[in-house]
Amino acid sequence: MTRHNGYLSFTRLRAQFVKEVLSILRDPRSRMVVFMPPLLQLLVFAFAATLEVRNVDIAVHNQDAGRWSHELIARLDRADFITQVYRVTDGQELGRLIDQGEVIAALDIQPDFSRAIAAGDSGRIQLLIDGRRSNSGQITASYLSAIAAEVGAEANPGTGPATPVAVRNWFNPNLTYRWFIVPGLSGILAFFSALLITSLSIARERELGTFDQLLVSPTSTPEIILSKSLPALVIGTMLGLLMMAAAAGPFRIPFNGSFALLFVSLVLFILSVVGIGLMISAISATQQQAILGAFAIGVPSVLMSGFATPVENMPMLLQWLAQAIPLTHFLVIVEGSFLKAMAPGDIFASLWPLAMIALVSLTMATIFVRGRLQ
Amino acid sequence: MPPATAPQEQNGDVAVVIDRLSKHFGSAPALQDLSAQISYGRLTGLVGPDGAGKTTLMRILTGLLVPNSGHARVAGFDVVDDNDAIHVATGYMPQRFGLYEDLSVMENMRLYAQLRGMAADGHADLFAQLLDFTRLAPFTGRLAGKLSGGMKQKLGLACALMARPAVLLLDEPGVGVDPVSRQDLWRMVQALTDEGMAVVWSTAYLDEAERCDSVLLLNEGRLAYDGPPGELTARLTSRSFRLEQVGERRRAVLAEVLSLDSVGDGVIQGAGVRVVLRADAGTEQISALADRVGAQLKAVPARFEDAFIDLLGGGPGGTSALAEGMPPVELASDVAVSCRDLTKRFGDFTATDMVSFEVRKGEIFGLLGPNGAGKSTTFKMLCGLLKPTSGEAQVVGLDLRRATGAAKGQLGYMAQKFSLYGLLSVRQNLEFSAGVYGLKGAARQARIDEMIDIFGLQPWLSAAPESLPLGVRQRLALACAVMHRPPVLFLDEPTSGVDPITRREFWTHINGLARKGVTVMVTTHFMDEAEYCDRVAMLYRARLIALDTPDALKRSAVSDLRPDPTMEDAFIHLVEAEDRADEARSGVAA
Repeated sequence: MTRHNGYLSFTRLRAQFVKEVLSILRDPRSRMVVFMPPLLQLLVFAFAATLEVRNVDIAVHNQDAGRWSHELIARLDRADFITQVYRVTDGQELGRLIDQGEVIAALDIQPDFSRAIAAGDSGRIQLLIDGRRSNSGQITASYLSAIAAEVGAEANPGTGPATPVAVRNWFNPNLTYRWFIVPGLSGILAFFSALLITSLSIARERELGTFDQLLVSPTSTPEIILSKSLPALVIGTMLGLLMMAAAAGPFRIPFNGSFALLFVSLVLFILSVVGIGLMISAISATQQQAILGAFAIGVPSVLMSGFATPVENMPMLLQWLAQAIPLTHFLVIVEGSFLKAMAPGDIFASLWPLAMIALVSLTMATIFVRGRLQ
Repeated sequence: MPPATAPQEQNGDVAVVIDRLSKHFGSAPALQDLSAQISYGRLTGLVGPDGAGKTTLMRILTGLLVPNSGHARVAGFDVVDDNDAIHVATGYMPQRFGLYEDLSVMENMRLYAQLRGMAADGHADLFAQLLDFTRLAPFTGRLAGKLSGGMKQKLGLACALMARPAVLLLDEPGVGVDPVSRQDLWRMVQALTDEGMAVVWSTAYLDEAERCDSVLLLNEGRLAYDGPPGELTARLTSRSFRLEQVGERRRAVLAEVLSLDSVGDGVIQGAGVRVVLRADAGTEQISALADRVGAQLKAVPARFEDAFIDLLGGGPGGTSALAEGMPPVELASDVAVSCRDLTKRFGDFTATDMVSFEVRKGEIFGLLGPNGAGKSTTFKMLCGLLKPTSGEAQVVGLDLRRATGAAKGQLGYMAQKFSLYGLLSVRQNLEFSAGVYGLKGAARQARIDEMIDIFGLQPWLSAAPESLPLGVRQRLALACAVMHRPPVLFLDEPTSGVDPITRREFWTHINGLARKGVTVMVTTHFMDEAEYCDRVAMLYRARLIALDTPDALKRSAVSDLRPDPTMEDAFIHLVEAEDRADEARSGVAA
């Protein structure tokens, strides 16, 4: 009889590793978790999701018959971001169009508009914005005021540039939204894949009754943890790399940092996620519970990670909590590596918390799996 | 309770007509060209192993499944064309009746009355009648989730009887019910048939078939026998014998008996060996063998199971290739498994209460008891899957919860529910088991090939375990559990639901392994399977109520009424004694 002492045996590990990989690839649920999100996210972010304002309709109530109001409306007609300009004849109609959400903004041009400009004064326009769409509304307002300023500059050439402050955006000169969304996405994708794969892994075996079989076999808890971590680590890393390649390739986002450091960060990041996933899996009795658990942890993690809103704007307590989320640290590294050549020292500042989280979560996962033997 | 819906069938007492019914799921046939009739006023047993097509037939008869071809009429209504009427005319109790665990007994009954379109308040009489009938009246306020298995089954029956159906279909009502409650169910069903209802009782236990008025015996979707059970067993008159008091050598004797060409089937029964001769075979061979081993040959009445095996062409041979290829087991200690004051509590519920016993090396030790008696909990504590609340459990002198990998390698474990990797093929499952038990290189390949050979898995190697017939699945599970040749084998309900042939084959391997010195721990709720064990521990309500050889346990139940009690009689006897002792104790306390 072949005997193995000690905690790790290559033979036992290999058998389990093969089993894990086959289970993930043959289980329709796992397969969907692995392959669907990256495809969908790529498509959504390449073609659909945008923070820029395009294709909006606006309404104009022109009470002025002079030259400058015509000039302004002609420019609105020509503006790229506006699809259609509704011309209305009374103020009430203006309100109705906004109420019904048909236009995002409405201009009410006062009767003395051209006269005031001709007299060297400034013309007055009332601008109504749909506050229900506050973000797009504000961006529309800034576009509209830029157009109004151009008209003003033409009317009074002597008064100089309409905007005295020249804004230059570093690292992302045109504020292209994809430049800061897509690198972060690579982290989120790898995060969810690794989290779901690992949280399903033990729960699946428990649901099928194979986990007991595994526990009575000579295999040790570290072997179980290791064999369940490796496939998730490999798949998570591949997905992360794939998204990064997509960012640097088709999306043409400049990559200025160190790839080696980014790769090390990615691996550490996924290891910490794997630990969290295994903890969820160890306490779930069914796959359904595991999926619910993964989302209960995953969605707040993304919201608090600084992906959409800056961590610094959150209450102090949540800021501390955000430090315990691996995604928070990884986003700093990945965004830094893409848009600016982040210094190795700055990367290490975010790297060691990742290593700490990985250590703690994997240890906890081992304890949780052992603890299931109660 | 007379049936509310009058039978519209012209020919009097026929309740169900099944006419060349076929049903397949995908390419797997579940029922093939089945024709039969079921009568009013009789208890009809729908008998067969798991996967024989019992549930499929029941679901077709209740209008829940549409057959691929053929027709069925229930109480005069076609199951497809008059689907709505079927639901009114039939009462159906599925394997797991849809009781609402968070509702009380009464609330469940009211709900089912309302679902049947009855005003729940206007039927106080009916409710009282049903509660009296099922003896649930003292428990109307209890939550259904807190009822015992037997009481749940009775409540399910009460709900199924709510609309006074003409035909009552019960899908395996005896599963998971303790023998006492099962007696109760039989009594209730008897009363219903006496009133003229047609009752269909499906079961995988062949001993239950003997209690039915008529039997439809299914095997692999085909009708193997249709008629009174007595007629089938009568075919075996003067072919069933028992070698009495063979004692220690009974496993060797059984192997010899099964190698005789005049013997069709044989099993261990306590200290004896039960033998069924082939049709037209003489008793010369078996008499000669009886003389040689010095055992007395006694004619015994035939059992339904004997008849079923005979119908299928006899049982398997008696030699286990698995055991033959295995070297004798050496163990340092003579005690292979032991536990002392083993107790497990989940909250305020005690699942195992102060259980102690010792299992010797090479012994087949049975844990017997109804579902919920604490068998599985005790079992899991022994092999280190559960932490005892107090007391200790040891296997080969080690606490497996703290044992190293090497110690765990001494154990083979086959779980109660099917626990192979469904996403891996048969070969990959074998490879995984070999690997996780540390087999490698040429030894690994040799052992896998040996398993494939012994268990006849060659044709199934690339199939998914879930697609296998139940018998093959069971063989694969055993192959995975014994591949590393463990000196101690734990089997949790290894043969529940499998056909009797596979069960024979399974026990041939177990007997062979025991003769090589492998210690076997087995849980079962099959009473006759307990007779294959050297010693049996009976568990009831978390307590060990008896521990002895099967023969001694049966002897304890001998009475004038029952000169030759079965294991089930013995169990009921012991349970009743325990209940009386309980009452006496609580009487003293009060």
